[in-house]
Amino acid sequence: MTSPAKPDALSRRRFLGGAAVAGAGLAGTGLARAEAGKPDPLITEVQDWSRYLGEGVDKRPYGTPSRFEKNVIRRDVSWLTASPESSVNFTPLHELDGIITPSGLCFERHHGGIADIDPANHRLMIHGLVDKPLVFTMEDIKRMPRQNRIHFLECAANSGMEWRGAQLNGCQFTHGMVHNVMYTGVPLKVLLAEAGVKANAKWLMLEGADSSGMNRSLPLEKALDDTLIAFAMNGEALRPEQGYPLRAVIPGWEGNLWVKWLRRIEVGDQPWQAREETSKYTDLLADGRSRRFTFFMDAKSVVTNPSPQAPLKQKGRNVLSGLAWSGRGTIKRVDVTLDGGKNWQHARIDGPVLDKSLTRFYVDFDWTGQDLLIQSRAMDSTGYLQPTKEELRKIRGTNSIYHNNGIQTWHVKTNGETENVEIG
Amino acid sequence: MSRSVNPVLLAGLAAFAVLAAAPLIAQTKPAAKQAQTHPPAKAAPAPAPAAKLGLGREALPEEIKAWDIAVRPDGKGLPPGKGTVKQGDEVFQAQCASCHGEFGQGNNRWPVLAGGMGSLKSDRPEKTIGSFWPDLSTVFDYVRRAMPYGNAQSLSPDELYAVTAYLLYLNDIVKDEDFELSDKNFTSVKLPNAAAFYDDDRETTEKAFWGKEPCMTNCKPEVKITGRAVILDVTPDSKTAPKVD
Repeated sequence: MTSPAKPDALSRRRFLGGAAVAGAGLAGTGLARAEAGKPDPLITEVQDWSRYLGEGVDKRPYGTPSRFEKNVIRRDVSWLTASPESSVNFTPLHELDGIITPSGLCFERHHGGIADIDPANHRLMIHGLVDKPLVFTMEDIKRMPRQNRIHFLECAANSGMEWRGAQLNGCQFTHGMVHNVMYTGVPLKVLLAEAGVKANAKWLMLEGADSSGMNRSLPLEKALDDTLIAFAMNGEALRPEQGYPLRAVIPGWEGNLWVKWLRRIEVGDQPWQAREETSKYTDLLADGRSRRFTFFMDAKSVVTNPSPQAPLKQKGRNVLSGLAWSGRGTIKRVDVTLDGGKNWQHARIDGPVLDKSLTRFYVDFDWTGQDLLIQSRAMDSTGYLQPTKEELRKIRGTNSIYHNNGIQTWHVKTNGETENVEIG
Repeated sequence: MSRSVNPVLLAGLAAFAVLAAAPLIAQTKPAAKQAQTHPPAKAAPAPAPAAKLGLGREALPEEIKAWDIAVRPDGKGLPPGKGTVKQGDEVFQAQCASCHGEFGQGNNRWPVLAGGMGSLKSDRPEKTIGSFWPDLSTVFDYVRRAMPYGNAQSLSPDELYAVTAYLLYLNDIVKDEDFELSDKNFTSVKLPNAAAFYDDDRETTEKAFWGKEPCMTNCKPEVKITGRAVILDVTPDSKTAPKVD
């Protein structure tokens, strides 16, 4: 219940653990490398893993990552919230590549903890302005026509702690309230057609079965467009922390709308003005007024490597890697600067470029050991160009909490250590 | 084969047969089936959407009533009931004050529920029910569905009206301890910040972010670092740190 005013040295060390560990290897010559000219014992001597039997196929009925990957974990920041059951943790973006987030690393955001639901006991009700109110079991839903789609889910508050300035040191913390998986589910319009939506219907209310009774109002047009009611992610059932057995997928829109443990959809003619669309997820501007129903997540990008938790270790050839995404369409291009915005180059996009999905970009570059000020700038298929933080603050002030898609700057120092900074 | 196994096995098979047959019937003979159970009366008011799958079953009124807990600003969804500020004070001290404080001031990092009037344009806004929330219905709806934290959906309608009345009192929106809030007078209460919300206007106010061809070379003469995460450190004090609640 009590939260310390300041994290102690231990938790700070844990917080910056990735950087500290990596920092030790910055000497530049590579610790595990053999001395020049001498044979490498890792090659000349037979190693244990080449001599002895490894584990059999009966040891890992559900596999987990190598023990050497134990730094690749979700992390939380305890001082952010009063309680871990209504809180958030962060995806380790700096440890990942490609565009698919492993299910066990997808950031979590709960408002009443993780509901523990036996799918046999789960029900979905649709009622309100419908011809016939209906109750579905999971078995019913799995007999409906399915779709598979890859979409990002970004918390509206991603980067929200950075509105006033550079604060958290690592892209996991500044940008890690995002994940991207393949969902399998039933289009919401199929479910609504079963109930028969009345002509005066304009809004839906989605509600979760968890102890926060999470509820949000969703415009009917979006429900009939590309909203999915999903039961699987990355090929298997949803993880409990991602809404098992059923969640809403609202492509391109703020994560709060993606109601987990979905149990009820009410059809109505106006929004409900729930707590999560009045007290929260409204954007306070400098004039004291607030935007509401700010659904879209605008085009955004971040360089994940190098970054504070993933410093540069070697001079010479390096790979700059990052992610770009837009809730309004596809990523058209990404520009990267190494000198704080004086000069830019087009990054190389690799892998699938999908609608409302994370997109991976690279810049292959040579580092001579000089200071770098790295930024990335995304442009989406609507022609929207990712703004700087200053451009956003000029319009919105610093108290809007949500929807911070401003350009991120990393300062790579001459020893390769990398820091979250703001530049002018 | 033992005699006791047979009926179970048969029942299981029978259930499976029904389950398997249903979609086939729906797919092959929907019109005939409908004609049998619903003799032709009037033409359907709306064109039938692409053939229904016939999945799910009708929700019963008792089921809808049990789950339909949402309350809208126009009062739709309010249950019958009433409660006074004084009664709400008692409920609040017993059920809410351990986190939110006796007067809604918030203990430690738990949410502040009262005060902060006129602070929304300040450097550090205090967003409470009184200073920020637009609709009283949201107070009732949210307390009903999610509070007390860890024992949700445990308050009776009368307790919910009473607590809501007490929260109005803490925020100086009602001044009389004998004020009674009920389903009858609920929608007559307006919150101070109701008019300060407007729908997303980014496509107008942030139009400049669209269609801009950005500078690629020699874009600025010099670059200065103006802020560093390691100087700010990750150690803001507990009251000014960003909150996620």
